[in-house]
Amino acid sequence: MALVNIKIEGVPYQVEAGLTILEAAKQCGYTIPSLCAFNHGECNAGSCRVCLVEATGARGLVASCVYPINEGMEITISSPKAVAARRASVELLLSNHNKECQQCEKNEYCELLNVARITGAREGMFEGVKSVTTIDQLNPAIVRDTSKCILCGRCVARCANAHGMGILGFENRGFSAMVGPAENRNFSESPCIMCGQCVSVCPTGALMEKSEISKVDAAMAAGKYVVVQTAPAVRAALGEEFGMKIGTPVTGKMVAALRRLGFKKVLDTNYGADLTIMEEATELLTRMKEGGALPMITSCSPGWVNYAEINYGEQLAHLSSCKSPHEMMGAVLKHYYAAKIGVKPEDMFVVSIMPCTAKKFEKDREQLVTEGLKDVDAVLTTRELGKLIKRSGINFNKLPDEEFDNDIVSDYTGAGVIFGVTGGVMEAALRTAAFVLTGKEHEGVKFEEVRGFAGIKEAEFDLAGQKISVAVASGMKNAKVLLDEIAAGTSKYHFIEIMGCPGGCINGGGQPYVRDCFLPNEDIDIIDTYKAKRAAALYSEDERQVLRQSHNNPQIKALYDEFLGAPNSHKAHELLHTSYAARVPFTEK
Amino acid sequence: MAHLSEAAEAQIIEICDRYKDERTPLMMILSDIQKEYGYIPLEVQELVSKKTGKSVAEIYGVVTFYSFFSLAPKGKYIIGCCLGTACYVKGAQQVIDKFSDILGIKPGETTEDGLFTIDALRCIGACGIAPAVSINGKVYPKVEVSAVQGIIDELRGGANA
Repeated sequence: MALVNIKIEGVPYQVEAGLTILEAAKQCGYTIPSLCAFNHGECNAGSCRVCLVEATGARGLVASCVYPINEGMEITISSPKAVAARRASVELLLSNHNKECQQCEKNEYCELLNVARITGAREGMFEGVKSVTTIDQLNPAIVRDTSKCILCGRCVARCANAHGMGILGFENRGFSAMVGPAENRNFSESPCIMCGQCVSVCPTGALMEKSEISKVDAAMAAGKYVVVQTAPAVRAALGEEFGMKIGTPVTGKMVAALRRLGFKKVLDTNYGADLTIMEEATELLTRMKEGGALPMITSCSPGWVNYAEINYGEQLAHLSSCKSPHEMMGAVLKHYYAAKIGVKPEDMFVVSIMPCTAKKFEKDREQLVTEGLKDVDAVLTTRELGKLIKRSGINFNKLPDEEFDNDIVSDYTGAGVIFGVTGGVMEAALRTAAFVLTGKEHEGVKFEEVRGFAGIKEAEFDLAGQKISVAVASGMKNAKVLLDEIAAGTSKYHFIEIMGCPGGCINGGGQPYVRDCFLPNEDIDIIDTYKAKRAAALYSEDERQVLRQSHNNPQIKALYDEFLGAPNSHKAHELLHTSYAARVPFTEK
Repeated sequence: MAHLSEAAEAQIIEICDRYKDERTPLMMILSDIQKEYGYIPLEVQELVSKKTGKSVAEIYGVVTFYSFFSLAPKGKYIIGCCLGTACYVKGAQQVIDKFSDILGIKPGETTEDGLFTIDALRCIGACGIAPAVSINGKVYPKVEVSAVQGIIDELRGGANA
């Protein structure tokens, strides 16, 4: 690794060659205020001009996020000229910004507000005309409000990098310039998959999830029997909303908080995940035996399902017909559990806490209505749950650890827990498939080959003479590679797991924001390690479980014995399976 | 989405293929399409997106950034009024306003009969003859507000001839 000598604020440092001034300064312990720069140059348009510094050899001030260091360079962050220029950049951004900061849902995590504070931006320096605003809240998942957009391009870069889709782009120019889908369309009239990765990188409140907190409030006020279920990835990240270190598992405190929020039952989507595995593994083995469409692809991730319906309408037969775990859970709650506890199904209101914005879209799908009732009534993101807890005056960090309601639909195994990370559904399915095919549990439980954060992972297993070839992908850019193989008839796999968000649900579009500037106590490489830390929280919970295979879940066994019959039975199909329909990328306006 | 005719689709694919060995072919493709059809609607952008691998949003961004490209069909006569600095100080704003007045359309719009489009141009490099108006490649020098009606009549006459 070549090193160069530089000076920052007159202090000599040796740093890796090729870095930008911003990255080099960070490694030396300086934080230069910045906005458009994100994630090691995933986005550094150099457009916001908030990171201006003085550097020898440069003409005038330079944008440190794009300017590379060189030997002997002397960098000054604190000169009056640089300080004034950074402040002016922020004041200019604010001059065309909707400054209703107190009411803005993003205020706690707003990076523009943060740099305004740091640079000492003054009110009303460049008042004038403001750009015309577009507010898109026509879809159930994401709200786009251009009055808060600073045209940094992070969302544009993330949509292109994670998914190769580029739903969002810059359009028009000059004062009319804006970021949005082509033609400034609503997301619902564009090929957007609602994954929320754009939301997770937006520095301001321009892109937000569509809050459903008021729906939950209304259901409670109306005296509905409101039950809540939580996805596995939520417990691995919720603590971050309360200042805990990334990767702190907070299952017990989360349950305690939900109980105090007034939910009648606090249940775990992991039960639904175990049920999904029973159905999905059976479906796979049946397809393999009877010559159904292979490879079979998982259908848990609604972002991925949207992508398939919009872009690969001819390949939908490859998707598992299984509903996603929280939808299965919802169907079981309303059509089995409700009767058990003497509640009318129509009086029950199911709330899902999800790391995901696309789940908000999914719950409204017409295919996910059973006997006239939606399987799930409201979806809150991990971040919304954080807000709900804070609003209610609950001191989360001081809560005792409590257990999920010990009921007939609450047991879960380690297999259900790892659904929240890329490769987890595959591993859980393999644990059960191995048992079905070999008649005994897989030695050592784990399938290490499908773990980790590579974009595409592949492995082959020999289970009692039956070869199973599998692949795991997250992010649509990677999924596309596997889908194109299927379309070309060259796919060699039996089973594929696809998750919409890179890394799986732990990095979902509804998870707490990961921003250096708000995480002073994390390591400086946290942007590179947070996914692994959250994943570790889930894998450790798996390790702690006594039962680690879905087919060993006693309550799942009981559900089949008593109600469903067998996996993929007629009853199971009615309740737990769904269908898909091809859609066009741009709908007629 | 409206469907392109087979002929149009084939021609757009042909245009895309012309530049398949270029490193950055988008501008050339869009220029040729603009020249051929006079505009680049979304369904054409979708096809270009499929051929080039660029997202529709990115292509739309390019089309809306350069005033040379158009999203809607343009008229038979494209009246380009220069509003560059020299033309502006010589009264170009009044000239373009007069065209707008008489034709009943704003800059960027096309008359209902499909005859006229008014475009506001930034400097066309004819500052010596400001204010300049360029109509389908023919440049009208030192255009006075009082001459606007005559220019329109002349074009109408040509259209009817």
